[in-house]
Amino acid sequence: MTKGFLYSIIFHAVIVTLTIISLPFMIRQPIDLPPIVSVELIQISDKTNIPFAPKARKVIEKVKKEEKRVVSEQAPPAAKAKEKPDRIPLPDEKKEQKKLVKKKQNPEEIKPQIRQSSEFEKKEIIDTNQIAALIDKAKEEKAVKDKSSNKLTQSNVKNSFATGLSLSEEDALRAQIFGCWSVPLGLPYDKNLLVRIKLKLKKDGTILKSEILDHERMNRPNQKFYKILAESALRAIRICQPLKVPPSGYEKWKDIQLNFDPTEMLKG
Amino acid sequence: MNRFFTLLIFGISILYSSFAHSLIKVDITRGNLDPLPIAVSPLHVDIKSEEIKDVKTKEMGEKISEIIEKNFKSTGLFNPLKKDAFVQKPDIAHLKPRFEDWRLIKAQALVTGKLLIKDKKLKVEFRLWDVTASKEVIALAFTTTPSNWRRVAHIISDKIYERLTGEDGYFDTRIIYVSETGPKNKRIKKLAIMDQDGANTKYLTLGNELVLTPRFNPANQLVTYLSYFRNLPRVYLLDIETGIQEVVGNFPGMTFAPRFSPDGKKIIMSFAKDGNSDIYTMDLETRNVEKITEHSSIDTSPSYSPDGKYICFNSDRSGLQQIYVMKSDGSNVKRISFGSGLYGTPVWSPRGDLIAFTKVRKGRFYIGVMRADGSGERLLTENFYQEAPSWSPNGRVLVFYRETKSGPKGEGFSAKLWSIDITGYNERKIKTETDASDPSWSSLLSK
Repeated sequence: MTKGFLYSIIFHAVIVTLTIISLPFMIRQPIDLPPIVSVELIQISDKTNIPFAPKARKVIEKVKKEEKRVVSEQAPPAAKAKEKPDRIPLPDEKKEQKKLVKKKQNPEEIKPQIRQSSEFEKKEIIDTNQIAALIDKAKEEKAVKDKSSNKLTQSNVKNSFATGLSLSEEDALRAQIFGCWSVPLGLPYDKNLLVRIKLKLKKDGTILKSEILDHERMNRPNQKFYKILAESALRAIRICQPLKVPPSGYEKWKDIQLNFDPTEMLKG
Repeated sequence: MNRFFTLLIFGISILYSSFAHSLIKVDITRGNLDPLPIAVSPLHVDIKSEEIKDVKTKEMGEKISEIIEKNFKSTGLFNPLKKDAFVQKPDIAHLKPRFEDWRLIKAQALVTGKLLIKDKKLKVEFRLWDVTASKEVIALAFTTTPSNWRRVAHIISDKIYERLTGEDGYFDTRIIYVSETGPKNKRIKKLAIMDQDGANTKYLTLGNELVLTPRFNPANQLVTYLSYFRNLPRVYLLDIETGIQEVVGNFPGMTFAPRFSPDGKKIIMSFAKDGNSDIYTMDLETRNVEKITEHSSIDTSPSYSPDGKYICFNSDRSGLQQIYVMKSDGSNVKRISFGSGLYGTPVWSPRGDLIAFTKVRKGRFYIGVMRADGSGERLLTENFYQEAPSWSPNGRVLVFYRETKSGPKGEGFSAKLWSIDITGYNERKIKTETDASDPSWSSLLSK
């Protein structure tokens, strides 16, 4: 009797243990949290302009100020006119301005503002105080500009001369020429066939002058593949023009060099 | 003080370097593979042209331009534009094209020309224009007999192709092949020759003897081929221009694929002597036969490199049929193919950079190319049965033959010639009057 009872207990204990082990919901798995990796999203153009951040910041600030001016025109005049500072904003106030700009970027929030601008309000916009404020602000901007131009440091010199196209701008130009350049497919892939073309551009991206840098190579008797490639590159540039160049900074990109190298494609 | 000056010079040099490297440089490493849009204006026929028997003078200008267009289209490198879109008349376009009009239809190159038949001679001139640069690129004139007008079209195509791609053309060439008719167990095989575009087919033998593996001499218009006379293989030489043929020699047992050396002075082939197949050369002047390989395995399908210094061939010395390369005296044998499957019919490209071959793997046949050192193997086309690649004279296109079932239910049998670009694109069937096999591409006729 006791023996039977013992067997029963052992049997039941085994069954219960097995059930606990085998039933998955009863097992408490340790929570496996993935490590937090911070991801910073930055625009390519911002990144490429990092070495020249002081200049970029000024441009951004300028744009923001312009945007702010637009907002003030749309907003009810009296309240906004009070917000307008007659002096250079302090850093704390700058934050507020930023918020304002952000609001503007959200179209849903702008809509009611636009709706609010009735005929009466539009008249109100032409407020002498506000105009005065705007004039003052323009003066301030000019002063900031003058100040900055007077304080031309070495890093600024570097910025104004060494700044190339940003990656986005370079990519846009490259993509445009990719589409226009019909690569002559019969070229040998194992020869150095780099064609360097120097361009002088107009402000609208049309070509003023094009010059093949190794021009004498074109007329050598055993360089016919180079000649073919150079001609195809020139054709591509002519078909592509006006080239996609940035709207500003003409001085930076009025002279540009394009290096045509089909090796990768020919190796294919 | 010195230290101050050093620092100053250092500072100035840094400043200077920043000025010196201010030019923006953009690397363009990709372009499009679209064929070049080209407008081929019909050739203007001079009103002073005479009418000649069997030649429609008035239509000739149109026909020549059509052949040029077809040639360009077949390369896959050019896109001939439709004539309906042309605005300028051929005679005015030939004098001075209005480039703006041609740019409007997206043409990048323009071909114009005119022809005159006078004193039973055909005079054709043509001009190639760069539309984007608004300038003439080349201008040439030819005089020939009027019946030769198709060749003129091919020569013009070659000149334009050469100018726009940097490579020699391959349009003024011919293909020799084995024409096949009748059921498979009673096949009649004749030697046939045609222009590379399938026109002007001529039969060179009557079909009473079995003919195999015709091969062009790369230096001229001589052909060597194998024919079985009373069940004995004979190697023949045939002059295409004169039609004269001669027997080079009778060889024992299984003789295969005679082929010329690059200078055309020797023939290289394989035949079985004492039960073992090896590679031999024969001097065409002295008729001396020289043994090149000495191995117990089966060595076949030899082909010279264009400089004549090396020979690629087929051998099963490693157990499976693979491709080997050796010096032309038979020394320094090196295996170059290592992929799975069997490799056969290696042919060295006229450019010297590639070797074309047939590969058999899992019951499928492939035509492929690899570099002369065996690297960069690329299979260009795959099918149920295909073999015998032959290079175009510029080493850009391969012609081969493919056997397929001719009926819709897989019955019957058909053999046709096909061409493919070494990029693996642009596979095309070449029109032949009969079934065709064993093609061989000639060198340029006009060279």
